[in-house]
Amino acid sequence: MLDGADSYVTEDGRTIGGVVMEMKNITLRFGGVVAIKDISFDIREGEIRAIIGPNGAGKSSMLNVISGFYSPQEGEVWFRGTKRPPMKPYEVARYGIARTFQNIALFDGMSVLDNVMTGRLNYMKTNLFQQAIWKGRAQREEVENREAVEKIIDFLEIQAIRHTPVARLPYGLKKRVELARALAAEPKLLLLDEPMAGMNVEEKEDMSRFILDVNDEFGTTIALIEHDMGVVMDLSDRVVVMDYGKKIGDGTPDEVRNNQDVIDAYLGVAHD
Amino acid sequence: MSDQFIFALEVTLNGLMAGVLYALVALGFVLIYKASGIFNYAQGVMALFAAMTLVGIMQGQVPFSHVINALFGGHVTHFGWTVPSLLAIVLTVAVMVVLAWLVQVLVMKHLVGQEPIILFMATIGLAYFLEGVADLMWGSEIKTLDVGLPQGINLWIDETTFNIFGYGFFIDNLDIVATVIAALLVAGLVLFSQYTKQGRAMRAVADDHQAALSVGISLNFIWVLVWSLAGFVALVAGIMWGTKSGVQFSLSLIALKALPVLMLGGFTSIPGAIVGGLIIGVGEKLFEFLIGPMVGGATENWFAYVLALIVLVFRPQGLFGEKIIERV
Repeated sequence: MLDGADSYVTEDGRTIGGVVMEMKNITLRFGGVVAIKDISFDIREGEIRAIIGPNGAGKSSMLNVISGFYSPQEGEVWFRGTKRPPMKPYEVARYGIARTFQNIALFDGMSVLDNVMTGRLNYMKTNLFQQAIWKGRAQREEVENREAVEKIIDFLEIQAIRHTPVARLPYGLKKRVELARALAAEPKLLLLDEPMAGMNVEEKEDMSRFILDVNDEFGTTIALIEHDMGVVMDLSDRVVVMDYGKKIGDGTPDEVRNNQDVIDAYLGVAHD
Repeated sequence: MSDQFIFALEVTLNGLMAGVLYALVALGFVLIYKASGIFNYAQGVMALFAAMTLVGIMQGQVPFSHVINALFGGHVTHFGWTVPSLLAIVLTVAVMVVLAWLVQVLVMKHLVGQEPIILFMATIGLAYFLEGVADLMWGSEIKTLDVGLPQGINLWIDETTFNIFGYGFFIDNLDIVATVIAALLVAGLVLFSQYTKQGRAMRAVADDHQAALSVGISLNFIWVLVWSLAGFVALVAGIMWGTKSGVQFSLSLIALKALPVLMLGGFTSIPGAIVGGLIIGVGEKLFEFLIGPMVGGATENWFAYVLALIVLVFRPQGLFGEKIIERV
């Protein structure tokens, strides 16, 4: 199944590689409620993969399965060619999967810089005692990681608010800081849970640009959930459509747009 | 300069130093509260437990000797060696780390996501349990603790002040040492939490569990770390108070004195704990000195609580606590 060979080049010249992550027959239940029902799909290296669907379709549940916050009752998660054992969320994060949250989860008491630095925690290998002494390796490590973080801060254009406590930032900027923190981990797979929810048009455009730039510049594989259909169709290479916990469509934005099931379930009316 | 003023100055100095000791205990509370939102009722008992363990190790006592003797009819009480104080302190720190780990694995881990009041009740249980274990392990008699800290009147201050004011101040050497150690401890803790990887992870956990998990922080590890740090602070407080007034049950009651300190300083602020401690220390000594004679003395018993009550009325979040603003 993991045919890494058949990579292809998109219209805009990006190379999409083999399968990075594969969900096989995932079923997730909460008591009697089936949130996800026997869903399979894959995510290829370097692509932007969207998961869409009406409210309550199970999109966020799916993202939580990938990031280890929920463990599915049935099914397998394959990541980079191996089957992933059941993992705690923090283990998944160390495994190279970073995420953002629908309702922003930042460390309110810390500055923007400190928030983004937490994304580097797994790159800091010195132990408690070396850290406590704060000389030599620990200090070098901090400087190296700080450089990586500054690069991301520049990239997302949040230099000016570096030292501001995040609690004071407006909504749109908070979302961007959260993206910065996830990027700081240099993830193999970046999960974005409704990155544009609650934003105005201008903020949405900014965020779309950053998502595309991140994908283009760092080659980061991105899986995102989004409500805004227009945004999804413009951004993504391939789209999974969910409804009532089931997969009802999977393919390029154009294919999905013309899928009758999808039109019925989600769009309601056909676009011309 | 009037005699009254010089006395007041001496009382203030003594108050400041007593305040440092209060702050030390309060610090343990703030650490755990900040990182896990748990008000750790057992902090005072942890200080007692740490001090008893330290004395026990130094004197080469056999832990649980009463139990062993009762069960097997022996008469062992001591190993017959004494342990130098520095090594004993290191061993006690190790014991406190093991204790932190046990608390996390056996109690707190199972209560993740519960209401704060449930966690608070758990720490009350922990306090009584720990008190019993401490007695079983090391016996309940009053012990003296001497790790070699200087004690008694500081002669240099006595002479210098005598030369200036014509009256020698009585300042205890132990109080001076306690002040220096507390200052170092606080500076160390602040640097640790601001500039190290683990410190940053600790603050992250305090702010948002989910987000902390998503960047790869193990909540378990951080909580063991926090309880260990609180255990370490408890040990320092236990050494200071134990040296001052003996290692005995009443040591655990110093936690009660930390409560008004926390209300004054706010539960979430390390500098607040320090300043709160100093205000209470100076306040109660000066109040006793100035107003005490008019009301028949013994004001030290209630002054701190009344002060805390007044602060609560006017500034519920404490002098330095984070103001909680709910957006509507």
